[in-house]
Amino acid sequence: MAVAKESPPARTRADETHSVNWGEAIIETLIKAAGISTIFIIALIFFFLLREGIPAFLDIPLRQLFGPRWYPIEGIYGLLPLLVGSLMVTVGAVVIALPLGIITAIYLGEIAPLWLREILKPIIEILAGIPSIVLGFLGWVVLAPLVQNLGAPTGLTAFTGSLILAYMSLPTIISISEDALYAVPKEYRDGALAIGATQWQTIWRVVVPAARSGMVIAIMLGIGRAIGETMAVMMVTGNASNIPPLSPGMFFQPVRTMTATIAAEMGEVAQGTLHYNTLFAIGIVLFVISFAINSVAGRLVGVKGTRRERHGAQL
Amino acid sequence: MSRQQTHRLAMIVITLVAAIAVIPIVFVIGYVVWNGISAISWAFLTEAPRTGMTEGGIMPAIVGTVILIFGTAIVSMPLSIATAVYLAEYAHDNRLTRYIRLAIVNLAGIPSIVYGLFGLGAFVLFMGFGTSIVAGSLTLGIMTMPVVISTAEEAILGVPQQFRTVSLSLGATRWQTIRYQVLPHALPGILTGLILGLGRAAGETAPILFTVAAFYLPELPGSVFDQTMALPYHLYVIATQVPGMPLSIQYGTALVLLLIVLSLTLTATIVRTQMRRRREW
Repeated sequence: MAVAKESPPARTRADETHSVNWGEAIIETLIKAAGISTIFIIALIFFFLLREGIPAFLDIPLRQLFGPRWYPIEGIYGLLPLLVGSLMVTVGAVVIALPLGIITAIYLGEIAPLWLREILKPIIEILAGIPSIVLGFLGWVVLAPLVQNLGAPTGLTAFTGSLILAYMSLPTIISISEDALYAVPKEYRDGALAIGATQWQTIWRVVVPAARSGMVIAIMLGIGRAIGETMAVMMVTGNASNIPPLSPGMFFQPVRTMTATIAAEMGEVAQGTLHYNTLFAIGIVLFVISFAINSVAGRLVGVKGTRRERHGAQL
Repeated sequence: MSRQQTHRLAMIVITLVAAIAVIPIVFVIGYVVWNGISAISWAFLTEAPRTGMTEGGIMPAIVGTVILIFGTAIVSMPLSIATAVYLAEYAHDNRLTRYIRLAIVNLAGIPSIVYGLFGLGAFVLFMGFGTSIVAGSLTLGIMTMPVVISTAEEAILGVPQQFRTVSLSLGATRWQTIRYQVLPHALPGILTGLILGLGRAAGETAPILFTVAAFYLPELPGSVFDQTMALPYHLYVIATQVPGMPLSIQYGTALVLLLIVLSLTLTATIVRTQMRRRREW
């Protein structure tokens, strides 16, 4: 931390007691208001979800609300199948994306020659830019038939969704893991190599353990990304709101996620009905999950430090 | 197996896994281009859909997406840049600042469909804008704020401290220093963030589902309180909701959307590279 950021001179006391002119004061107030508006917006989002969603919690018996049946036509609103669907797709995505993402980050950060790195990094950035609807579309017309050929009764399964989601969360996982690897001091590597470790031993026994906390953040944000994804998942998971029986083949069954339920059904419900309220209630559940994940991950990153400062501190 | 053999094996495995991660990306883009390019013609880009969308072009959806990009920029830009200025130049390291940063992290993490619900509850219904360009732009604009704020803040922090010191020592006020010294130098970085955010907004479907997107609307919107078609939703509709839709039109639509979004991302990357190259400090 020796490279402490010089504090802007404008913050000194002498300057603040100096003349205060009105235009300046108004502008500063406006700018400060803008900063505070971000807190206001988060509160507003939560408020409007509550406003439309609370009736669901009041009017539906809790036992039914977390029950195993989602049959809106019959007026039965059990969220369990949707929670299970989201959970399965997300777990599947993370199981696929984690090894892929972390190992790719290791490749980029420790092994790849510079010229290849310069080519690969933009390609991965491009992946982050591909709209989810385009990936969903390809999943629908290309991937689903392939999955069906694997022997599943339909190509629209939890696994298909996981596969697409895995690739969608790859850029996040790769870039945060890379940051974590980059933050490991060079001396660690030099030390390991100097006492005769191979490069692989250095990576596996020294660099990766040292970067562990950063990778935990990568996992969490990957999960956050996966659980909130809507369109691609809606197109390829089949949207069947039943809980697949616990078995090895369960990932090859169609499921329906929370996000897909909102997207698919909101267009057809009348405003103010219980069904409408319940869809907002699902929104509350999603909001709370993402808020929890991001608050913890944010704290781990050290919400204060910008990426730049963290890197600056290493140099 | 000796240490050296393990090392060699590990290197091969890592390289293979990295290839598994990267090759599908190239494949995805190549595949969309390959299948979509034949559908693209002047008529496809400039005509409205006909006969239940199975013929004709996608012009209203393209125009709608462009309108939404501008609407998003208008909503997102002032608030995001002001927030970034506050965080970089004014904020003290106190509880308020920590809450603001926490809010931004969380805004970035909220699922896009939840933004859609918020837009529906707040702008479409509560404020009475109806399903309209205004409601959609507000929703997308708020959704883009975290990206723009964090990039803009980095850009502002990147302006050397001496610039501020000199300006202040010449008698400029703090705001004059920011306005005439800091912001002009941070501009390319701020633009990068804005364009990145707009690229993301242009490709989003979930936030516009209930706030602005029209299923089928051959005319262009007449005012900002009208609905409009938009490319992402149009692609969803023709892929899943319209039976007997020719595949070539679907791929063509996907390609146009991909080109718009990627050209924005690419522009942002180029601006950033130019900025680094030209930086005189």
